[in-house]
Amino acid sequence: MKELLLIAIGSALVNNVVLSQFLGLCPFLGVSKNVKTSAGMGAAVIFVITIASFVTSLIYKSVLVGLNLEFLQTIVFILVIAALVQFVEMFLKKSMPALYEALGVYLPLITTNCAVLGVALTNVQKDYNILESVVNGVGISVGFTIAIIMLAGVRERIEYNDVPHSFKGSPIVLITSGLMAIAFFGFSGLI
Amino acid sequence: MITGIIFAAAVVGIIGILIGVFLGIASEKFKVEVDEKEIMVRNELPGNNCGGCGYAGCDALAKAIAAGQADVGACPVGGASVTEKISEIMGVSAGSAEKKVAFVKCKGSCDKTKVQYNYYGIDDCRKISVVPGSGEKSCVYGCMGYGSCVKACEFDAIHVVDGIAVVDKEKCVACGKCVASCPNALIDLVPYKAEYLVQCNSHDKGKDVKAKCDVGCIGCTMCIKQCEFDAIHMDNNVAIIDYDKCTNCGKCAAKCPVKVII
Repeated sequence: MKELLLIAIGSALVNNVVLSQFLGLCPFLGVSKNVKTSAGMGAAVIFVITIASFVTSLIYKSVLVGLNLEFLQTIVFILVIAALVQFVEMFLKKSMPALYEALGVYLPLITTNCAVLGVALTNVQKDYNILESVVNGVGISVGFTIAIIMLAGVRERIEYNDVPHSFKGSPIVLITSGLMAIAFFGFSGLI
Repeated sequence: MITGIIFAAAVVGIIGILIGVFLGIASEKFKVEVDEKEIMVRNELPGNNCGGCGYAGCDALAKAIAAGQADVGACPVGGASVTEKISEIMGVSAGSAEKKVAFVKCKGSCDKTKVQYNYYGIDDCRKISVVPGSGEKSCVYGCMGYGSCVKACEFDAIHVVDGIAVVDKEKCVACGKCVASCPNALIDLVPYKAEYLVQCNSHDKGKDVKAKCDVGCIGCTMCIKQCEFDAIHMDNNVAIIDYDKCTNCGKCAAKCPVKVII
């Protein structure tokens, strides 16, 4: 139990997926214009990463290890994740239309979020079992959500400020996220 | 060596085929019937996704129209032509959907209104409206001229000219974004055809208005007496025109002593 908690906190704060591993930067920069949409993106990411880390870990343990084909992990995970997102989308549309509407366009967008693949590969690298993989997935996606919502909050306020012309748009966002990364560095002594 | 490559390729291939078959079956099983009308309505809508209708984009509006929850003329951007096509699809007659435009109820440009102090700070009306005296101009009801509405407009139809926001009638599609962005609730959607509009929003008494601005409504009620159609009334010291009754006769504008009706 203690180990699981350590994994969760470690992946959410200490090794934050965006701010210290630099994964999933595309949605982090692209969908952080306002807090509401970034919260939607965060929810969708939590949803998908949790399921994906379960399924990929299951496939790795039961298929790839059994067949001695561990080196195929990357390509198989890409396949599986893309298909999984497709399937989840279809399933939600039919049986949970309310959740489908809430996640909206962010659900299919997640296919291109490298954090999902990143989680699957880290789970293998660190030799987590299936339960540990799921906990790691939840931790990482919660970390992503925290980071993207915080950045969106900062960006909403930056809108009102007089940013020098050459820093408008992406530069100021990158500088902001750099400062956030330094702040998150403070968590490194936590575990 | 070579058997290893073939084996790996075969495994990936089999997984791919399995996933493909699985997704194929799933897509049949989880198929959601989409209303034919919804697709047709969606094709007619402009596709700006501006949200002017109050729904979360054109897809959502199409769904609402197809389900009968929204009016066929609910899209303010499309105008009469789109309304006509949609009403054809839905099989109902189009109501008299009148083209509207945004209108800024303030005339107090830099030379007409008094300035109470110099403002240096955040360049946004919504922030300035909480500064004591709400900005440089002495009238608290008027346009602050910092262009929150200009930033809100996606159609390049509103600009700050000489310290007040001015709407370009031809470019305006009445999406209502500027209306929502103005902290002084200074922007209204008015009929495109309306020629006479009261360009003031000040609720101050006549004497106070005079002290602050050369072109403010002083609430003299002269226009009310002129109007033969009962189309103009006083609401809290400012004249309001009822566009349903107004016939664009222009008598009110002719008599207005401060020329605030244009």
